[in-house]
Amino acid sequence: MNLFYFVAFLSIFFSLLVIFSKNPVYSVLYLIVTFFTFSIHYILLNAQFLAIVNFIVYMGAILVLFLYVLMLLNLNKESEPMKSNLLKVVGVIAGLCLLLTVAGSLKLLHASDPVLLKNPDIGLVRNLGKVLFKEFLLPFEVSSILLLSAMVGAVLLAKKDITKV
Amino acid sequence: MEVQSLPVDYLPILFQMLVALGFVVLTMTITHLIGPKRKTADKLSPFEAGIEVVGNARTPVSIKYFLVAILFVLFDIEVIFMYPWAVNFREFGVEGLIEMFIFMATLLLGYIYVIKKKAIEWGD
Repeated sequence: MNLFYFVAFLSIFFSLLVIFSKNPVYSVLYLIVTFFTFSIHYILLNAQFLAIVNFIVYMGAILVLFLYVLMLLNLNKESEPMKSNLLKVVGVIAGLCLLLTVAGSLKLLHASDPVLLKNPDIGLVRNLGKVLFKEFLLPFEVSSILLLSAMVGAVLLAKKDITKV
Repeated sequence: MEVQSLPVDYLPILFQMLVALGFVVLTMTITHLIGPKRKTADKLSPFEAGIEVVGNARTPVSIKYFLVAILFVLFDIEVIFMYPWAVNFREFGVEGLIEMFIFMATLLLGYIYVIKKKAIEWGD
């Protein structure tokens, strides 16, 4: 339990650094560390597979995408105008309203009650593979079509068609 | 179903990370400490293929880099699906092999499309 509190502290600490660092590249680097602490949380929850997915896909691939987005932006000039104070106050009120709504609905649904899994080992890679390739075989194969369509869509959006232009 | 894995089981991974990080930190510190330092204006300027530095490094890059990154993410997800399959490889046998090959073939189709569209070519 002590380990959990330590890792939780680290996640909150680094996510605050993400928000407060001025340089956006440092923000992304802190986000990587934050995701790493999330991976540790998954391992503590005995969710081996999620930890690996978080490590490979989020820390590896998605954060690379974030860095590329930063490079696509023009960071030379200060393009972000300072918001007025009124807008900040409105933002804080709206955010607190959202927090209140989410907290209230969670309290109504009793989602914070401890969840007892029938099989606590379901998060291990071996057991998940058995479920994925036996019961959920069709969704797995359909997901390949989803990835294919994503690939085609990305190429269509990013590639200029010379014959048309 | 196999036995529960405890956080203690990840200690070897933690050690490996510590060794990897420690190696980087150690070599970088040592090279900074024992290497000679002769700082001149020419040496400290960023190297740009031998010519004078032109402009700023913070210019927007081409969308092509982004496309490569997106394709990398997609194939990364494919690897994620192969992971639980590889752990159970012997149990699934030929059936599992065929299932995976269908999945891989669909993604290979996407790869052929990318190649045919010349999306990752840098010629023009």
